[in-house]
Amino acid sequence: MSGTKIKGLDLTTIREEFPVLDQQVNGKPLVYFDNAATTQKPKAVIDSLVSYYSSYNANIHRGIHTLAEKATAAFESTREAIRAFINASSTEEIIFTKGTTESINLVAATWGKENIQKGDEIVVSGLEHHSNMVPWQILATDKGATVKIIPVNENGELILGELENLITSKTKLIAINHVSNALGTINPIAEVIKIAHSKNVKVLIDGAQAVSHLDIDVQKLDADFYAFSGHKMYGPTGIGILYGKKALLEAMPPYQGGGEMIKEVTYATCSFNELPYKFEAGTPNIADAIALKASVDFINRFGKPAIREVENQLLEYATQKLSAIPGLTIKGTAKEKVSVISFVIEGIHHQDLGILLDQEGIAVRTGHHCTQPLMGHFGITGTARASFAVYNTFEEIDRLEAGIKKAVKMLK
Amino acid sequence: MSTAEKTVKEIQNQIVEEFSYFDEWDEKYAYLIELGKKLEILDPSHKTEEKKIKGCQSQVWLNSYLKDDKIFYQADSDAVIVKGLVSLLVRVFSGHPPAEVAQADINFIDEIGLKQHLSPTRSNGLVSMLKQMKLDAVAYQALLQSKQ
Repeated sequence: MSGTKIKGLDLTTIREEFPVLDQQVNGKPLVYFDNAATTQKPKAVIDSLVSYYSSYNANIHRGIHTLAEKATAAFESTREAIRAFINASSTEEIIFTKGTTESINLVAATWGKENIQKGDEIVVSGLEHHSNMVPWQILATDKGATVKIIPVNENGELILGELENLITSKTKLIAINHVSNALGTINPIAEVIKIAHSKNVKVLIDGAQAVSHLDIDVQKLDADFYAFSGHKMYGPTGIGILYGKKALLEAMPPYQGGGEMIKEVTYATCSFNELPYKFEAGTPNIADAIALKASVDFINRFGKPAIREVENQLLEYATQKLSAIPGLTIKGTAKEKVSVISFVIEGIHHQDLGILLDQEGIAVRTGHHCTQPLMGHFGITGTARASFAVYNTFEEIDRLEAGIKKAVKMLK
Repeated sequence: MSTAEKTVKEIQNQIVEEFSYFDEWDEKYAYLIELGKKLEILDPSHKTEEKKIKGCQSQVWLNSYLKDDKIFYQADSDAVIVKGLVSLLVRVFSGHPPAEVAQADINFIDEIGLKQHLSPTRSNGLVSMLKQMKLDAVAYQALLQSKQ
């Protein structure tokens, strides 16, 4: 695809921005198709990390010296960039966390603590990652509440018609992913939110798999909470975001106690800081938060519709190539999906396939993708999953196709 | 199996020699796959939850027994490459006094260039299986000592 341009994106130069892609693995040029697990990082993100540590490392917010002010300004400018990125109405609604998992656990531990009572119901979808399932199971066990599941059809799409029946007067929250990590299905979250709100139910969206592909407008969606991670959007690991509506966040108790989150402390009591700091106890992950802005800038340079156009072409090409391999079945054939292909091959264990592809320098993910209940629904223990990002190419998909064919030949 | 008279160390050396004939990775893996497919079938009565060693991606079942004061292993896996590696471990450890197995160092996997499959990050149950093989040997060793 050298020199190819899609919607004005020069894919050759984009690849050059990712140093990690330029290497041999097991003697072959690396093909990185594990982007749904984590994307690679452009040089701008890496440079941002290095620049912070080498020129203005300082603790933020309370320092009056120059470096502290510089670091604080950079940290807060990411918060503003993220606000704009998801169109939140205020930076007070943008909480820095370790990642999606912590964002969800924060809501379970604070909003859940205040709002879930004995006998209440939490609805999650059958497509959830364990990180948007287990925190609710823990909360439900703790409170004597129950977790109900929105069923999934054979294509890996939610059976939305069932949702209205699932919601009762006891339902307090729906927690659902925007995009399924295991299958790539894009869920109709706008509709889910509309249905939920008509019944006075709050909605948390796990946006981990959506943020690098789809434009997010939390106000238009009217999402109550929206959680995502930096590392799946070309940014660093260890930094994530929780968006919450201001009124909800204000009413929630703090998550952790410590520095930064307080206004005043006496030996007897304390008062809590304002949003968003109330939820950011202790020294935050300053470096990764700062570098996250570089990943937002990277995505904004092209715009997500252009990125998605590239990814869709890769998805279409790969779907066509892989479907033609005898015995191969794609799991997750939703009408609306992102650039993820999850598949099984008759008579072949996904782990064997993954090991042999790795020998060819091709990185895919194999296993249950932290969605054991969903795998159970399909009657399988796992799949192999190839997921594409903006820097991937058609030639790499040809290598995957050849790699699978070779592996099948060896294993059969 | 004629390996019964050989020590654990000698069998490992023999495996290292066998693998030294392979120049390409695919020859090596094709051999592992062949070993996996040829592994003696584990009686279904041993494929129980109790004998299952759960990995994140693949499972291994392990059975061991004592015969003429020597320990023998039988095993199975749902993934064939893991099964090939399992087959090598069964070959190395079976037919020896439990004390020898309990104290044996395993170095052949490293030497034949398949060390990555034994790293704790590979969630395939192999590390747990190796540990379980040694634990069984220790248990049988204690049993034999108590009889003396």
